[in-house]
Amino acid sequence: MAEQLYWEDVAEGMELPPLVKNPTTRQLVQYAGASGDFYEIHYALEYARGNGLEGVILHGALKNAFLGQLMTDWMGPQGALKRLSCQYRGMDLPGRPITGKGTVTRKYQQDGQFLVDCAIWLENAQGEKTTPGTATAALPSRSVGG
Amino acid sequence: MASPSTFLTEAMRQQAIGQESPPVCLEVEKGAIIKFAQAIGDGNPLFNDEAAARKTSYGGLIAPPTFLRSLGQIRPDLPFDIPLHRVLDGGSDWEYFQPVRPCDRITAVARITDLRERSGRLGLMLISTIVTTYRNQFDEVVATQTNTTIRY
Repeated sequence: MAEQLYWEDVAEGMELPPLVKNPTTRQLVQYAGASGDFYEIHYALEYARGNGLEGVILHGALKNAFLGQLMTDWMGPQGALKRLSCQYRGMDLPGRPITGKGTVTRKYQQDGQFLVDCAIWLENAQGEKTTPGTATAALPSRSVGG
Repeated sequence: MASPSTFLTEAMRQQAIGQESPPVCLEVEKGAIIKFAQAIGDGNPLFNDEAAARKTSYGGLIAPPTFLRSLGQIRPDLPFDIPLHRVLDGGSDWEYFQPVRPCDRITAVARITDLRERSGRLGLMLISTIVTTYRNQFDEVVATQTNTTIRY
Protein backbone atom coordinates (compact mmCIF):
# COMPACT_ATOMS: atom_id res chain seq x y z
CA MET A 1 0.00 0.00 0.00
CA ALA A 2 1.29 3.46 -0.89
CA GLU A 3 2.43 5.85 1.81
CA GLN A 4 -0.22 8.09 3.29
CA LEU A 5 -0.20 11.78 2.38
CA TYR A 6 -1.39 14.16 5.09
CA TRP A 7 -2.93 17.56 4.54
CA GLU A 8 -0.10 19.14 6.51
CA ASP A 9 2.43 17.70 4.03
CA VAL A 10 0.89 19.64 1.15
CA ALA A 11 1.68 23.20 0.11
CA GLU A 12 0.18 25.33 -2.63
CA GLY A 13 2.38 25.22 -5.71
CA MET A 14 3.60 21.70 -4.91
CA GLU A 15 3.90 19.31 -7.86
CA LEU A 16 2.26 15.89 -7.88
CA PRO A 17 4.49 12.91 -8.72
CA PRO A 18 4.13 12.40 -12.49
CA LEU A 19 2.34 9.30 -13.80
CA VAL A 20 3.78 7.91 -17.04
CA LYS A 21 1.47 5.82 -19.21
CA ASN A 22 2.36 3.91 -22.36
CA PRO A 23 -1.02 3.04 -23.85
CA THR A 24 -1.14 0.37 -26.55
CA THR A 25 -3.92 -0.74 -28.89
CA ARG A 26 -4.08 -3.85 -26.72
CA GLN A 27 -4.89 -1.66 -23.71
CA LEU A 28 -7.63 0.11 -25.70
CA VAL A 29 -9.20 -3.26 -26.46
CA GLN A 30 -8.88 -4.22 -22.79
CA TYR A 31 -10.49 -0.93 -21.76
CA ALA A 32 -13.26 -1.41 -24.33
CA GLY A 33 -14.03 -4.77 -22.75
CA ALA A 34 -13.87 -3.51 -19.16
CA SER A 35 -15.90 -0.35 -19.76
CA GLY A 36 -18.24 -1.65 -22.45
CA ASP A 37 -17.31 1.19 -24.82
CA PHE A 38 -16.84 -0.63 -28.12
CA TYR A 39 -16.83 2.42 -30.42
CA GLU A 40 -14.62 1.26 -33.31
CA ILE A 41 -12.50 4.42 -33.51
CA HIS A 42 -10.63 3.03 -30.50
CA TYR A 43 -9.40 -0.20 -32.07
CA ALA A 44 -10.31 -0.52 -35.77
CA LEU A 45 -7.76 1.40 -37.85
CA GLU A 46 -9.77 1.60 -41.08
CA TYR A 47 -12.86 2.71 -39.22
CA ALA A 48 -10.87 5.42 -37.42
CA ARG A 49 -9.34 6.65 -40.68
CA GLY A 50 -12.78 6.63 -42.30
CA ASN A 51 -13.81 9.03 -39.53
CA GLY A 52 -11.04 11.42 -40.51
CA LEU A 53 -8.70 10.39 -37.71
CA GLU A 54 -4.97 9.76 -38.03
CA GLY A 55 -5.37 6.36 -36.42
CA VAL A 56 -7.19 4.73 -33.55
CA ILE A 57 -7.37 7.08 -30.58
CA LEU A 58 -7.52 6.66 -26.82
CA HIS A 59 -10.96 6.65 -25.23
CA GLY A 60 -11.46 10.01 -23.55
CA ALA A 61 -12.72 8.11 -20.52
CA LEU A 62 -9.45 6.12 -20.36
CA LYS A 63 -7.55 9.39 -20.16
CA ASN A 64 -10.00 10.43 -17.47
CA ALA A 65 -9.08 7.20 -15.65
CA PHE A 66 -5.34 8.02 -15.93
CA LEU A 67 -6.01 11.38 -14.27
CA GLY A 68 -7.99 9.58 -11.57
CA GLN A 69 -4.98 7.36 -10.93
CA LEU A 70 -2.68 10.40 -10.83
CA MET A 71 -4.82 11.64 -7.93
CA THR A 72 -5.44 8.37 -6.07
CA ASP A 73 -1.75 7.36 -6.26
CA TRP A 74 -0.81 10.70 -4.73
CA MET A 75 -3.57 10.86 -2.09
CA GLY A 76 -2.79 7.48 -0.55
CA PRO A 77 -5.33 4.99 0.81
CA GLN A 78 -6.95 7.36 3.32
CA GLY A 79 -7.57 10.14 0.83
CA ALA A 80 -10.97 10.66 -0.79
CA LEU A 81 -11.41 12.11 -4.24
CA LYS A 82 -14.21 14.70 -4.15
CA ARG A 83 -14.06 16.01 -7.67
CA LEU A 84 -12.34 15.07 -10.93
CA SER A 85 -12.80 17.08 -14.07
CA CYS A 86 -11.13 17.04 -17.48
CA GLN A 87 -11.59 18.15 -21.04
CA TYR A 88 -10.42 16.28 -24.12
CA ARG A 89 -8.67 19.02 -26.08
CA GLY A 90 -6.31 16.90 -28.12
CA MET A 91 -6.30 13.32 -29.31
CA ASP A 92 -3.83 10.76 -28.04
CA LEU A 93 -2.82 7.68 -29.97
CA PRO A 94 -1.57 4.31 -28.74
CA GLY A 95 2.19 3.84 -29.02
CA ARG A 96 2.81 7.38 -27.81
CA PRO A 97 3.60 7.88 -24.13
CA ILE A 98 1.54 10.36 -22.14
CA THR A 99 2.31 11.72 -18.70
CA GLY A 100 -0.11 12.77 -16.00
CA LYS A 101 1.04 15.83 -14.07
CA GLY A 102 -0.42 18.21 -11.56
CA THR A 103 0.15 21.04 -9.14
CA VAL A 104 -1.62 22.02 -5.93
CA THR A 105 -3.53 25.24 -6.51
CA ARG A 106 -5.33 25.65 -3.17
CA LYS A 107 -5.22 24.18 0.31
CA TYR A 108 -8.15 24.88 2.64
CA GLN A 109 -10.60 23.58 5.23
CA GLN A 110 -14.31 23.42 4.58
CA ASP A 111 -17.15 21.72 6.48
CA GLY A 112 -14.63 19.96 8.71
CA GLN A 113 -12.74 18.52 5.74
CA PHE A 114 -9.10 19.07 4.87
CA LEU A 115 -9.10 19.78 1.14
CA VAL A 116 -6.70 20.45 -1.70
CA ASP A 117 -7.51 21.61 -5.22
CA CYS A 118 -5.17 20.62 -8.03
CA ALA A 119 -4.65 21.58 -11.63
CA ILE A 120 -4.03 18.30 -13.44
CA TRP A 121 -3.36 17.33 -17.03
CA LEU A 122 -2.05 14.73 -19.44
CA GLU A 123 0.71 15.85 -21.74
CA ASN A 124 2.22 14.17 -24.77
CA ALA A 125 5.90 13.83 -25.69
CA GLN A 126 5.76 17.28 -27.32
CA GLY A 127 4.64 18.78 -24.02
CA GLU A 128 1.14 19.58 -25.32
CA LYS A 129 -1.58 19.37 -22.68
CA THR A 130 -4.08 17.17 -24.49
CA THR A 131 -6.27 16.63 -21.43
CA PRO A 132 -6.37 19.48 -18.91
CA GLY A 133 -8.45 19.24 -15.78
CA THR A 134 -8.90 19.94 -12.10
CA ALA A 135 -9.42 17.80 -9.02
CA THR A 136 -10.27 18.17 -5.35
CA ALA A 137 -9.08 15.69 -2.72
CA ALA A 138 -9.91 15.34 0.97
CA LEU A 139 -6.86 14.26 2.96
CA PRO A 140 -6.42 13.04 6.52
CA SER A 141 -5.01 15.61 8.94
CA ARG A 142 -2.48 14.96 11.68
CA SER A 143 -4.44 17.42 13.81
CA VAL A 144 -7.36 15.01 14.11
CA GLY A 145 -5.34 11.93 14.90
CA GLY A 146 -5.42 10.61 11.30
CA MET B 1 -22.85 15.07 -46.93
CA ALA B 2 -22.26 18.76 -46.23
CA SER B 3 -23.24 19.93 -42.78
CA PRO B 4 -25.83 22.69 -42.52
CA SER B 5 -24.47 25.99 -41.19
CA THR B 6 -27.07 26.21 -38.47
CA PHE B 7 -29.52 23.73 -37.11
CA LEU B 8 -30.65 24.46 -33.60
CA THR B 9 -33.54 26.80 -32.87
CA GLU B 10 -34.32 28.14 -29.41
CA ALA B 11 -37.56 26.13 -29.41
CA MET B 12 -35.62 22.91 -30.07
CA ARG B 13 -33.13 23.81 -27.38
CA GLN B 14 -35.87 24.30 -24.83
CA GLN B 15 -37.50 21.06 -25.93
CA ALA B 16 -34.24 19.12 -25.39
CA ILE B 17 -33.23 20.58 -22.04
CA GLY B 18 -34.65 18.43 -19.25
CA GLN B 19 -34.90 15.27 -21.39
CA GLU B 20 -34.02 12.25 -19.25
CA SER B 21 -32.75 8.78 -20.06
CA PRO B 22 -34.48 5.68 -18.76
CA PRO B 23 -32.66 4.39 -15.65
CA VAL B 24 -29.62 2.22 -16.32
CA CYS B 25 -28.68 -0.33 -13.64
CA LEU B 26 -25.47 -2.11 -12.79
CA GLU B 27 -24.81 -4.76 -10.17
CA VAL B 28 -21.21 -4.04 -9.20
CA GLU B 29 -19.17 -7.22 -9.20
CA LYS B 30 -15.81 -7.38 -7.50
CA GLY B 31 -14.30 -9.07 -10.55
CA ALA B 32 -15.54 -6.24 -12.77
CA ILE B 33 -13.84 -3.67 -10.52
CA ILE B 34 -10.56 -5.58 -10.68
CA LYS B 35 -10.81 -6.04 -14.47
CA PHE B 36 -11.48 -2.32 -14.83
CA ALA B 37 -8.45 -1.45 -12.67
CA GLN B 38 -6.32 -3.83 -14.75
CA ALA B 39 -7.59 -2.30 -18.00
CA ILE B 40 -6.60 1.22 -16.95
CA GLY B 41 -3.26 -0.10 -15.69
CA ASP B 42 -3.91 0.91 -12.08
CA GLY B 43 -2.39 -1.52 -9.57
CA ASN B 44 -3.61 0.34 -6.47
CA PRO B 45 -4.44 -2.35 -3.84
CA LEU B 46 -7.64 -0.44 -2.95
CA PHE B 47 -9.01 -1.44 -6.37
CA ASN B 48 -7.29 -4.82 -6.76
CA ASP B 49 -6.61 -6.56 -3.45
CA GLU B 50 -9.40 -7.27 -0.99
CA ALA B 51 -7.08 -8.27 1.86
CA ALA B 52 -4.96 -5.12 1.56
CA ALA B 53 -8.04 -2.90 1.06
CA ARG B 54 -9.59 -4.27 4.27
CA LYS B 55 -6.74 -2.78 6.28
CA THR B 56 -7.54 0.74 5.05
CA SER B 57 -10.19 3.14 6.34
CA TYR B 58 -12.42 1.99 3.45
CA GLY B 59 -12.62 -1.45 5.03
CA GLY B 60 -12.60 -3.27 1.70
CA LEU B 61 -12.20 -3.05 -2.04
CA ILE B 62 -13.65 0.05 -3.73
CA ALA B 63 -14.02 1.04 -7.38
CA PRO B 64 -11.58 3.44 -9.06
CA PRO B 65 -12.96 6.95 -9.70
CA THR B 66 -14.12 6.45 -13.29
CA PHE B 67 -15.46 2.90 -12.86
CA LEU B 68 -19.01 4.20 -13.25
CA ARG B 69 -18.26 4.65 -16.95
CA SER B 70 -18.94 0.89 -17.06
CA LEU B 71 -22.61 1.88 -17.20
CA GLY B 72 -21.78 3.56 -20.51
CA GLN B 73 -21.94 7.24 -21.25
CA ILE B 74 -25.70 7.54 -21.07
CA ARG B 75 -27.07 10.01 -23.60
CA PRO B 76 -30.78 10.87 -23.44
CA ASP B 77 -32.45 10.84 -26.86
CA LEU B 78 -32.91 14.22 -28.46
CA PRO B 79 -36.59 14.93 -29.11
CA PHE B 80 -35.88 15.65 -32.81
CA ASP B 81 -33.84 14.19 -35.67
CA ILE B 82 -30.42 15.68 -36.23
CA PRO B 83 -28.23 15.58 -39.35
CA LEU B 84 -25.09 14.99 -37.29
CA HIS B 85 -24.25 11.33 -36.71
CA ARG B 86 -20.72 11.27 -35.35
CA VAL B 87 -20.16 11.55 -31.62
CA LEU B 88 -17.16 12.69 -29.60
CA ASP B 89 -16.76 12.83 -25.85
CA GLY B 90 -15.72 16.36 -24.86
CA GLY B 91 -14.93 15.73 -21.22
CA SER B 92 -16.34 14.96 -17.80
CA ASP B 93 -16.67 16.61 -14.43
CA TRP B 94 -17.24 14.09 -11.61
CA GLU B 95 -18.36 14.81 -8.08
CA TYR B 96 -18.03 11.98 -5.57
CA PHE B 97 -20.12 11.50 -2.45
CA GLN B 98 -19.79 7.82 -1.49
CA PRO B 99 -17.37 5.07 -2.53
CA VAL B 100 -18.68 2.44 -4.96
CA ARG B 101 -18.26 -1.06 -3.54
CA PRO B 102 -18.72 -4.66 -4.70
CA CYS B 103 -22.38 -5.76 -4.50
CA ASP B 104 -23.63 -2.18 -4.85
CA ARG B 105 -26.60 -1.87 -7.15
CA ILE B 106 -26.11 1.39 -9.04
CA THR B 107 -28.92 3.13 -10.89
CA ALA B 108 -28.01 5.97 -13.21
CA VAL B 109 -30.24 8.54 -14.85
CA ALA B 110 -28.89 11.08 -17.33
CA ARG B 111 -30.47 14.44 -18.05
CA ILE B 112 -29.74 17.04 -20.70
CA THR B 113 -29.04 20.35 -18.98
CA ASP B 114 -27.80 22.39 -21.93
CA LEU B 115 -27.61 22.23 -25.70
CA ARG B 116 -25.80 24.61 -28.01
CA GLU B 117 -24.27 24.63 -31.47
CA ARG B 118 -20.90 25.82 -32.64
CA SER B 119 -18.94 25.84 -35.85
CA GLY B 120 -15.42 24.51 -35.57
CA ARG B 121 -12.74 22.41 -37.17
CA LEU B 122 -15.24 19.55 -37.51
CA GLY B 123 -17.92 21.74 -39.14
CA LEU B 124 -21.21 22.29 -37.37
CA MET B 125 -21.20 20.79 -33.89
CA LEU B 126 -24.07 20.21 -31.50
CA ILE B 127 -22.79 20.27 -27.94
CA SER B 128 -24.89 18.72 -25.15
CA THR B 129 -24.25 18.99 -21.44
CA ILE B 130 -25.51 15.83 -19.75
CA VAL B 131 -25.67 15.36 -15.99
CA THR B 132 -25.76 11.72 -14.89
CA THR B 133 -26.74 10.96 -11.30
CA TYR B 134 -25.62 7.61 -9.86
CA ARG B 135 -27.47 6.23 -6.85
CA ASN B 136 -26.78 3.10 -4.85
CA GLN B 137 -29.24 0.57 -3.37
CA PHE B 138 -29.66 2.82 -0.31
CA ASP B 139 -30.83 5.63 -2.60
CA GLU B 140 -27.67 7.57 -1.76
CA VAL B 141 -26.13 9.63 -4.55
CA VAL B 142 -22.68 8.12 -4.94
CA ALA B 143 -21.56 10.42 -7.76
CA THR B 144 -22.66 12.80 -10.45
CA GLN B 145 -20.96 13.14 -13.82
CA THR B 146 -21.40 16.24 -15.96
CA ASN B 147 -20.40 15.22 -19.47
CA THR B 148 -19.97 17.20 -22.65
CA THR B 149 -21.05 15.30 -25.76
CA ILE B 150 -20.21 16.65 -29.20
CA ARG B 151 -22.16 15.59 -32.29
CA TYR B 152 -20.64 16.57 -35.63
